[in-house]
Amino acid sequence: MQVNLTVNGKVRQADLEDRTLLVDFLRDNLRLTGTHVGCDTSSCGSCTVHVDGVAVKSCTLLAAQADGCTVTTIEGLAQFNANGTIGQLHPLQEGFKECHGLQCGFCTPGMIMTAADLLSRQRNPSEHDIREALEGNICRCTGYHNIVKAIQWAADHTPAPLLADHHVWTNEPTTEPAAV
Amino acid sequence: MLADGGKALSGGHSLIPTMKLRLNAPDVLVDVGRLPELKGISVDGSELVIGAGVTHGAIAASDLVKKHLPMFATGASQIGDPSVRNRGTIGGSIAHADPSADWPAMIIAADATIVMQGPSGTRKVKAEQFFTGLFSTALHENELITQIRVPLHDGAKMTYQKFSQPASRYAIVGCAVVKSADGKLRVAFSGVSEAPFRDKKAEEQLSSGQPAEAAAGMSILSDHYASEEYRKHLANVYLNRALAAVA
Repeated sequence: MQVNLTVNGKVRQADLEDRTLLVDFLRDNLRLTGTHVGCDTSSCGSCTVHVDGVAVKSCTLLAAQADGCTVTTIEGLAQFNANGTIGQLHPLQEGFKECHGLQCGFCTPGMIMTAADLLSRQRNPSEHDIREALEGNICRCTGYHNIVKAIQWAADHTPAPLLADHHVWTNEPTTEPAAV
Repeated sequence: MLADGGKALSGGHSLIPTMKLRLNAPDVLVDVGRLPELKGISVDGSELVIGAGVTHGAIAASDLVKKHLPMFATGASQIGDPSVRNRGTIGGSIAHADPSADWPAMIIAADATIVMQGPSGTRKVKAEQFFTGLFSTALHENELITQIRVPLHDGAKMTYQKFSQPASRYAIVGCAVVKSADGKLRVAFSGVSEAPFRDKKAEEQLSSGQPAEAAAGMSILSDHYASEEYRKHLANVYLNRALAAVA
């Protein structure tokens, strides 16, 4: 079936098998492999992306259900230079770096996309708000302490316009993003 | 289409997981997730009308729901997690009829009516009669749930108390209690038996001033999360918590 959607600011069209999940479309067709598949049962949250500005678990959404929608993945958060290198990280990515918010990194894309949804709605979330927002994201390495700190760091360091519309920095490069 | 092996797909948070498990293999999926007719929350006379396609998140955030049916707002905010609540819908949850889903206990206790649309017109069924067994409902193959209509219960106290499975947040035991302004109680459970149910025996015991035994005479589920004995114990614990909350 024909699917048209905008991913990280770019219009994408594809002829997909009807049953294609959004996460498989992102990873296999678009090679946006930053979005991970952990549990495949909508429990772990590592596949979290934004559809029309709202965090969803892309393992439990058919690509066809996102037809006509705007999708943002972890690759859409940083600002990239013309040569594909990273220009400026998103404040959440900086926060995870500053606060050691990851160990193996598997859950990180989902954590950041969930946190970006939270910060777009709530300028100064409390620790409790952050922990509640992360309820559907599971980390098996660090525990959640530094992840919460990283999100608090981002809330403290995010310029206000970014919070009003966290899609302003969605200019994913044409080539594969360079490894962070 | 629905009658010929097709299925309606809304948020997909019940249907897609069952398809992954090959418990469901519909020939055709009809995406009703963006139909405006299934959206919206409004007050119509003495009822709150929730469109079947309204997400759990939208119900949790609705000022109308908070004002008239606070149990629905707090109950919705305990379903799954934020991302799940952004997609999953009340109509989808009810049609799927997982015995451990949260909505059934709440809509039974609140005496809601489920409105269904089929080729021969509109049909209404009380929530209490809607759930007929494990994943089984009064919904016919060629029908679609369009609305959930709930009496406003002004002056009533209501609560939904649950013991969650820690990963999925499904209710291992969920107990909804509505205490009307004149003190009448309606008690309903999710997670305890093959189908969610109204606990009339407990209601009768409570109305005659006796201590209530939850789920008396019901067949109790037993699985690797909770044995029959433990579930029955939890049902009593959560009934008592719910009663304390509406006292």
